[in-house]
Amino acid sequence: MKKKSNNIDRRSFLKFVGAGTALAVAGCAGSKKDESSNAATSATGAGEGEMTYRTNPKTGEKVSILGYGCMRLPTIPGTKPGEVAEIDQETVNELVDYALEHGVNYFDTSPAYCQGRSEGAMGIALSRHPRDSYYIATKLSNFAPQTWSREKSIEMYRNSLKELKTDYIDYMLLHAIGMGGMEQYNGRYVDNGILDFLASEREAGRIKNLGFSYHGDVEVFNYLLSLHDKYKWDFVQIQLNYVDWLHAKEVNPRNTDAEYLYNELKKRNIPAVIMEPLLGGRLASVNNHIAASMKQRRPDDSIASWAFRFAGSPDGVLTVLSGMTYMDHLKDNLRTYSPLQPLDDNELDFLEKTAQEILSYPTVACNDCKYCMPCPYGLDIPGILTHYNKCVNEGNVPSGKNDPKYAQAKRAFLVGYDRAVPKLRQANHCIACGKCKIHCPQGIDIPAQMARIDAFVENLKQDTLA
Amino acid sequence: MYKIIRIVLALLCFVAITLLFLDFTGTAASLWGWLAKLQFIPAVLSLNIVALVVIVLLTVVFGRIYCSVICPLGVMQDCINWLRGKVGSKKSRKNRFAFKPPLTPVRIIVLAAFVVAVGCGFMSIAALIEPYSEFGRIVSTFLAPVYDWGNNLLATEAEQQGSYLFYQVSPKAVMLPAVILAGATFVIVGAFAWFDGRGYCNKICPVGTILGYLSQVSILKPVINTSLCNGCRKCERNCKASCIDAKNHKIDYTRCVACMDCINNCSTGAIQYTVRRTHTVAAEPDDSRRTFIATGLIFAGALASKAEDKLTDGGMAVIIPKQKPQRASRIVPPGAVSVRNLERHCTSCQLCISECPNGVLRPSMSMSTFMQPEVSYEHGYCRPECTRCSEVCPAGAIIAVDKAEKAVTQVGHAVVDTDLCLSAKGEEKCGKCSRTCPAEAIVMVKVEEDNEESPLMPVVNESLCIGCGACENLCPVNPLSAIHVEGHSVHRKI
Repeated sequence: MKKKSNNIDRRSFLKFVGAGTALAVAGCAGSKKDESSNAATSATGAGEGEMTYRTNPKTGEKVSILGYGCMRLPTIPGTKPGEVAEIDQETVNELVDYALEHGVNYFDTSPAYCQGRSEGAMGIALSRHPRDSYYIATKLSNFAPQTWSREKSIEMYRNSLKELKTDYIDYMLLHAIGMGGMEQYNGRYVDNGILDFLASEREAGRIKNLGFSYHGDVEVFNYLLSLHDKYKWDFVQIQLNYVDWLHAKEVNPRNTDAEYLYNELKKRNIPAVIMEPLLGGRLASVNNHIAASMKQRRPDDSIASWAFRFAGSPDGVLTVLSGMTYMDHLKDNLRTYSPLQPLDDNELDFLEKTAQEILSYPTVACNDCKYCMPCPYGLDIPGILTHYNKCVNEGNVPSGKNDPKYAQAKRAFLVGYDRAVPKLRQANHCIACGKCKIHCPQGIDIPAQMARIDAFVENLKQDTLA
Repeated sequence: MYKIIRIVLALLCFVAITLLFLDFTGTAASLWGWLAKLQFIPAVLSLNIVALVVIVLLTVVFGRIYCSVICPLGVMQDCINWLRGKVGSKKSRKNRFAFKPPLTPVRIIVLAAFVVAVGCGFMSIAALIEPYSEFGRIVSTFLAPVYDWGNNLLATEAEQQGSYLFYQVSPKAVMLPAVILAGATFVIVGAFAWFDGRGYCNKICPVGTILGYLSQVSILKPVINTSLCNGCRKCERNCKASCIDAKNHKIDYTRCVACMDCINNCSTGAIQYTVRRTHTVAAEPDDSRRTFIATGLIFAGALASKAEDKLTDGGMAVIIPKQKPQRASRIVPPGAVSVRNLERHCTSCQLCISECPNGVLRPSMSMSTFMQPEVSYEHGYCRPECTRCSEVCPAGAIIAVDKAEKAVTQVGHAVVDTDLCLSAKGEEKCGKCSRTCPAEAIVMVKVEEDNEESPLMPVVNESLCIGCGACENLCPVNPLSAIHVEGHSVHRKI
């Protein structure tokens, strides 16, 4: 039964894939091509050609399928804890130049990213190029209650324009609606009249497209879509990848399947901007044998390329955001998307099986976004969770003392733990104050995870694993 | 031939014992930890009958080969002496020894002083001339940092290669008094070795004196066959113990360390390692036996030490490093039985400190317990799975305990400072100490009993607390934890 239902899901997915590839330029007119046209498209060479573009149905502008996410910009190493990391502006400039040169034209930032330095750095890098050669996306990131007032929120918006050295924003988002439910949504955007303010800014032409990004409580997502007739959302940013497509609830009970979110947008002909195509990098470093079967199918393609092809395949996707820190990331993604070779039937089937297999590994849903940081008690929360996930994927989280690999896995886990996280910043120092919890866009119960990981470490150290 | 065997065995022992002080993984200790237990004074202090019987038998059969093979300080001196033979003019290198009469009064006085110091519980003073712990202090002060540094280089390399073969160790804090003591020991012992061969062993070393008199009765000895001797005195002038009176064809066996050099050097084969009539035995062995027994049966009072001064942590900034609290009573590790037992037996060889993987043990800088291990919990706590210090201690200062025994041994108890406690002050719902306590001895209770809203404070059930320091080490309050451990002068069992 399970297989059958998978097939149906896959077929419904393929419909979008087929349409998407055929109409990569023509936009999403809702055509229903069959799979043969999809196969024909994918016969073209990979990575040697032109970037694939999607068309914004409202403005008709062509947006590169690869969007530059500016949350993980390179920093100058050697920053002391407690200090704000200095952005490596020279490298950012290089990356931006290279990206523009190779057809990337969508740059997604926020006043909250990189400890508040992302917009400024992008402003410097982008303002060196003609303003009409790229689209800027930024957000109204008024998370902290002290920024909920109308004045503070408008000040944040104006500051974005200043930092980005521009007088208009191409894509403006309400940031992470759904976190904190309806209450927070109302506090941040409705009670203070900010949503109407932004709509008026769109009227005035200082905002070209207005949309929102969504995490968490699906009630807010549904509510905002019900307001579509009033606000005419130009785009919506959602988390989509081959795991979240059908298994979002298994990753995190609070999340909603990307298939649902995407279909809701599709119904209303709202273009989707995709975030977390790699699930915070977790789909770029998968378990060894998953990696092997990916390489077996496409030896020249990176592990990450599978996730990017998946995210880019549905035709309603405007762009897929990737937070590229290094030139290698950028080049690899350019290879994947120049042009995009959509997934075929077999490959979709394979990724669905892969998703199920990935879920059989009990990783924590951390995407390493660092919103939880800094922890007042000095813990390196993303470091701890990333190390744990790495060990899960590498098979170094033994289930018990009788595990044949126990001794080896124990060593890899514990030695690797001390390498990844300084002793004073490890999970055993968590006092469960819970200050981090409200900041996590993935809704991870961080103190509970810290306690669980610490208990696991104790079991390893004391050889008391069942 | 004898000489080659001696050198091979000596180097093996020497390297093995050195590794005991360097290897932080515990592998060396698990494989040849017994070598440390074969050391004479530690064996006496721990009343290790097996080791003592082995040493006495070895000496009675072969002479003082203990001093040539088993004693690391002796071998270290041989190495220095060998180096001396490689530098300078040929004249100064060769034939540089001559027979000297024994300095018997000095030997006896030093030995007596040693015995008195041990007997009166001034172990940290007696330890100054205890050969094995002298060596231990030199290695752990000077060689261990180099070894750790080399390991960390390899660990960095391993990390880049994705290997888990090597891991980083945090370097132990370098303490000036320890450096001065170990440095002075090395210079003095080294100078003896450089200028006077085995002079230290035959003038100062209490073990040398005891085994020297015991070896007079040994079955096998180097013996000069007067009929073959041509009187060249080559043996005498190359004897690092200066104990061969070639003119009179006599060897002072109290000073002979059975190095076999003379046998090798004799061109006529006049010196043989053989059975010799024992009629020359003097009355002295009695004395050595007496000392031996005396040393083994020493009991006396000792002073509790105070713990202070600040130790910095190798960690990162922003987290304020923990400071050592003022402890009213000293903590000694599980297995030490009591503060008195540790102070009376410990030769401050540093082996337990080298072994401690949690940064709990470090040398005491207090006068009365100088260089003896001291427990404190700023860098880590005494973890439930670890009993390594008790396993390696050769001197009976820390007696072997297993994990189950350790889990019920109360080395101290935790004391809460509610003025510092985040929870008691209502600043945070913490309860870290309560959750982390392996003995479940800490409970969170309301500060004001009748107040529903009252913040909670930790209270310690001393009858369950084992004093492991988990609460103190993991307390989020810095630099002084809001909960700290006070030691028990005599350990109790739950």
